[in-house]
Amino acid sequence: MGKTFAEKVLAKKSNQDAVVPGQIVTVKPDHLLTHDNTSAIVEKIMDDLKEYGVDNPETPVIVLDHVIPAASEKTAVNHQTARKFARDFGIRHFYELGTGVCHQVMVEKGLALPGDILVGSDSHTCTYGALGAFATGIDRTEAAAIMLRGETWLRVPDTIKINLKGRLRSPVSAKDLILTIISDIGADGADYKAVEFHGTIESLTIDDRLTMANMGVEMGAKIAVFPVDRQTVEYLIAAGVNSDRYEPVWADPDADYIQELTYHMDRIEPVAAMPHKVDNVKRVKDVPGLEIHQFLLGTCTNGRLSDLEAAAAILKGRRVAQGCRLLILPASKQVLDDALDRGIIQQLSLSGGIILPPGCGPCLGAHQGVLAPGERCLSTANRNFKGRMGCKDAEIILCSPQTLASSAIHGRLTDPRQEVRS
Amino acid sequence: MRIWKYGDDINTDMLFPGKYTYSCSKPDEIKPHLLEDLDPEFAANVQPGDIILTGKNFGCGSSREQPVVGLKAVGIQAIVARGFARIFFRSAINQGLLLIECPEAVDAYRENDEVTLHADRGEIRIGNTVYRFPRLPGEILAIRDSGGLLPHTRTMLRRRKGDAQ
Repeated sequence: MGKTFAEKVLAKKSNQDAVVPGQIVTVKPDHLLTHDNTSAIVEKIMDDLKEYGVDNPETPVIVLDHVIPAASEKTAVNHQTARKFARDFGIRHFYELGTGVCHQVMVEKGLALPGDILVGSDSHTCTYGALGAFATGIDRTEAAAIMLRGETWLRVPDTIKINLKGRLRSPVSAKDLILTIISDIGADGADYKAVEFHGTIESLTIDDRLTMANMGVEMGAKIAVFPVDRQTVEYLIAAGVNSDRYEPVWADPDADYIQELTYHMDRIEPVAAMPHKVDNVKRVKDVPGLEIHQFLLGTCTNGRLSDLEAAAAILKGRRVAQGCRLLILPASKQVLDDALDRGIIQQLSLSGGIILPPGCGPCLGAHQGVLAPGERCLSTANRNFKGRMGCKDAEIILCSPQTLASSAIHGRLTDPRQEVRS
Repeated sequence: MRIWKYGDDINTDMLFPGKYTYSCSKPDEIKPHLLEDLDPEFAANVQPGDIILTGKNFGCGSSREQPVVGLKAVGIQAIVARGFARIFFRSAINQGLLLIECPEAVDAYRENDEVTLHADRGEIRIGNTVYRFPRLPGEILAIRDSGGLLPHTRTMLRRRKGDAQ
């Protein structure tokens, strides 16, 4: 019997010939990502750090992104503590606030490589599965332990195989595809499991794959992973990483799966995740006309250049509906600069967009776009939980950049096929 | 001892709102906001020894550990669920909080049923019926039984240092 991606990576990284689902293995992660929570993490282990130091200063990656620029003295001190820790312990991979959302920074800087194990004290660490990495979220305490000890345990997961056929038909996007998959599998359907994407992967760009892997955790997945192909290799070269620096790993054709699903991408339609669960997915055409107060375009799910470009193309020459606000949240400084070069930011601004600094912004409800009771936000982010954007009496609906742009013009939830046709 | 009963897919934003994630980290800062958007009665009334009984996918969403730290700090005896999200599950091990996956017990519970827990025997009694739940693997129990991951890590670091000398 062949082996899945997870079985192969975990066997290799735990120096064993083979491992089986359910087995507990000990591994040394290639990188450990922390962000604004670095301060809370290092405060737990201040005395231990003095005694033992950081196991390997090359392993931690620190990106300040969650509440940036600081919204309060408390959050400013969080940043200050993280900077001091990086300086005191020689952490080379430290990224100052404004560089971008941690997950985008990890891939742009070439820190997430195929076949590597990456853990992060953020649930959307699964994003780097887009590049063929074993990437998963952990909590702050575990991050603290890995800083000190360099290793952790992982349970070898069962794997769900998703076969993709055909290709997506614009303006349908990878976001519609992943929301459709989550709707079928359910918010808990992949709990403790790995998800592998197979089939006509070449029709999906790296941006598409990042959007999809990012949302793996919304079906409970430990990892959500794509095979490495020419696009991956070229993406990594652009990030400064030559192919001799990594060894791609992929599942055997006869690997054993706990579940298999097949999707004909040509048949995917624009969908939206309705309040307050990500698997509460409806076709946009079945819920048209819902009034929207705030639009959020961007985040680590859909804040890359192709996302902003797709939205700008629909908004061109149009404005966000009166009485609505449109927030633009690029996933990184590099995305922002590239979008400026191409006139995309100017375009979005002319359409009424408010450009926010590259970071997590309003996605987690801390600042920069908190909702009021009774308000509804249409967002390209990954979560629509009650209270997520700072108010438990507000609603969040998730969709693609294309659906968001079409809806922004009307101030109401709108199928993008309607806008693109007209 | 009180039973707090909740439904499916209780996410970490409901257990501890994201807006406080970067301003509250210590148990005393966390406690007043526990389950704030799910059950406003909880924080003021929870007592040491209470049990949470809940549906599938408990703790889904963010990796924030404040829900686990807070529930441990207020003395929750155990969370009995149809299932847990994986980061929450790991986090509970890391803090030494007892999680029990036992769908049958969750389904069987009716209001005012007496609930008795024998964690060492892997048993939970609901009314007059005893339900069994699987024990965690030894490596994992060792972490929980050390009082959590950081005490366990310190033991391992001392051992490593001792070996090196």
